[in-house]
Amino acid sequence: MKKVELLNVSKTYDKKTEVISNINVTIEPGEFFVLVGPSGCGKSTMLRMIAGLEDITGGILRIGEKEANHLPPSKRDISMVFQNYALYPHLTVMENIVFGLHVKKIPKLERKTRCNDVAAMLGLSEYLNRKPRELSGGQRQRVALARAIVNEAPICLMDEPLSNLDAKLRAHMRSEIRQIQRRLGITMIYVTHDQVEAMTMGDRIMILHDGKIQQIGKPIDIYNHPANPFVATFIGSPPMNIAEGVMNEMQSEILIADICKIKIPDEDSRLLQTKQVLVGIRPEHIKAASKETSHESRMVVEAINVEILGNETIFSFKVGGHEWMAKWNGQWRLQVGDRIPIQMKYESICLFDRKTNERIKAPTDIENFILDKEVFL
Amino acid sequence: MKESSVSLLAKSSIWKKSLNARTALLYLFPSILLFSVFVFYPMFRTIYLSFFLTDQHGSAALFVGLENYTYLLESQAFRNSIKATILFVLYTVPAGVILALFLALIANEKLRGIGFFRTIYSSTMGISVAASSVVWLFLFHPSVGMFNRFLSLMNLPEVQWLLDPDWALLSVSISTIWLNTGFSFLILLGGLQNIDGYLYESAKIDGAGYWYQLRRITIPMLSPTLFFIITISLINAFQSFGQIDILTKGGPSQATNLIVYSIYREAFVNYQFGTASAQAVFLFLCILIVTILQFKFGERKVHYQ
Ligand SMILES: Nc1ncnc2c1ncn2[C@@H]1O[C@H](COP(=O)(O)OP(=O)(O)OP(=O)(O)O)[C@@H](O)[C@H]1O
Ligand SMILES: [Mg+2]
Repeated sequence: MKKVELLNVSKTYDKKTEVISNINVTIEPGEFFVLVGPSGCGKSTMLRMIAGLEDITGGILRIGEKEANHLPPSKRDISMVFQNYALYPHLTVMENIVFGLHVKKIPKLERKTRCNDVAAMLGLSEYLNRKPRELSGGQRQRVALARAIVNEAPICLMDEPLSNLDAKLRAHMRSEIRQIQRRLGITMIYVTHDQVEAMTMGDRIMILHDGKIQQIGKPIDIYNHPANPFVATFIGSPPMNIAEGVMNEMQSEILIADICKIKIPDEDSRLLQTKQVLVGIRPEHIKAASKETSHESRMVVEAINVEILGNETIFSFKVGGHEWMAKWNGQWRLQVGDRIPIQMKYESICLFDRKTNERIKAPTDIENFILDKEVFL
Repeated sequence: MKESSVSLLAKSSIWKKSLNARTALLYLFPSILLFSVFVFYPMFRTIYLSFFLTDQHGSAALFVGLENYTYLLESQAFRNSIKATILFVLYTVPAGVILALFLALIANEKLRGIGFFRTIYSSTMGISVAASSVVWLFLFHPSVGMFNRFLSLMNLPEVQWLLDPDWALLSVSISTIWLNTGFSFLILLGGLQNIDGYLYESAKIDGAGYWYQLRRITIPMLSPTLFFIITISLINAFQSFGQIDILTKGGPSQATNLIVYSIYREAFVNYQFGTASAQAVFLFLCILIVTILQFKFGERKVHYQ
């Protein structure tokens, strides 16, 4: 267990444009830290800098308590799973797995038992004598995982290790990796572009966009309090709905895409100072309008697409040029073209300043929010 | 009536079945034609001639069976040629491949200006055998040659590079190694560049040093290329002619009279086309056997992707 600390770290390849800038983060010992972001945002670059495969062009990297900017990769106590596996094509699966142990001159017997243990854990026992080219993509990925795990290094870096697996195996491997990490107490830095992986695996996640940190925090905090519209739309599936809104100080209400008005209660009147805002609402917070719904906050929309996922119904509609989605529990027999009355509560919306992109209000009525385990009998 | 229709059916099905083969033949026809004119016909003609005594023009005159061969095997001069050829192969092939591998390894490092060295190392490929042999002739010159100048600077005794029977074969080998380096270097460098850089990064994280990486990753990954280069170098060594002709003409006292050169002398100096052909067939068999052996034993250690 070791901590990893990045102080003002930045990286440029061509001395002009920074692909990573001003990264400040401390990854605690034994933490499962997920780095998530869209393709090309610099996740692999950051991981490779931590591994020592890429020079750090600015800032300080500390591993444990030591400064590690110029430490060679082998001295950093890490193991790594590469995005493209990097398996040795001329070695068998077994030789691939024990390569690192062989370098470290671990006795043969121990190598064998450790290899067999890991192989059994990842379901690779049958393939130990095959060459990588005789394996499927998913099997190769598991060999790459095995190779990292078998080293038992205190820090493990993984670059999209599950991207090639089918949905079922991926879900299985998610919990498998998580359990291994907990059992061995490894400090894990895990790169993914899949927000589901980020949400389900991470103790904390860091969202990266264009080489800049967007937000760091616990998955659920990020879900509930997204720092900016990018995070709001990146985390959550389907993503948070966003539309432009304008504050009306006189009426103390907010006009969303010229269609719908929501009253702002007196205690939040300071919000009125920001004229131009972005209004966000999670799909599950859009409700069917009931008889009590006031005329203003009621909105009739036309469904342009309907998906029924077993016990959930997702339909989309247009709001001021944006396509919004609503997610309702149960199987709703909606048809494309149906006019559906919906409502939005002030408590459920999230507001961002349109100029600075900062959040000025987070939703407060998180559904099914349970403070403690006191509800269990 | 019935029988004929059955045979017709069989015929047409053979005709149909061979469709692929016929198509293939059509595509292969141009190269088969070229090979026939320039390779197969001369080869069979050589084998044919090796059973005859010939006249001045090289046409078969008297059938003598295997006599040309028995004569060869008893001939002291030919045995000497075999010995010189084997020594020549042993001098040039391992040293040449190792030198080219070494140069390729250092030229594969990512350094500034490495392109310059890559060009230099591969430049011998662009120089003809004749031109470079003339240059080497000057270098080996007993009095004005650079090598002897150098030796005398170091206060070492001079060497009669091309005139001393003990040195001549070595001297010719040195120039041959130099000649072949460019090609081997280029091919090996290409092989090295094909190896995925991630493999080394992964090995680096595991803490593998340079030699460990060389032994466990580079050499095995390069083995198909190395195998190719060794095969080509072997065949090249057996067939070296130009540098011998210009540097030593087979002398001194037959020390560099390799089989190919001996064939040339037998045929075009002594006009003994029969024995020359027998030698050529013998050389062909040697190369064939060596190559087969190499494929049989070498290929096991090669990892194809
Ligand atoms: N060797 C390099 N030289 C120059 N630019 C590079 C190099 N490697 C990456 N980049 C650039 O740096 C940026 C970040 O790349 P990186 O590989 O870190 O993205 P990523 O977040 O891992 O994306 P993905 O999810 O697609 O793997 C990209 O814009 C890329 O073009
Ligand atoms: Mg990447």
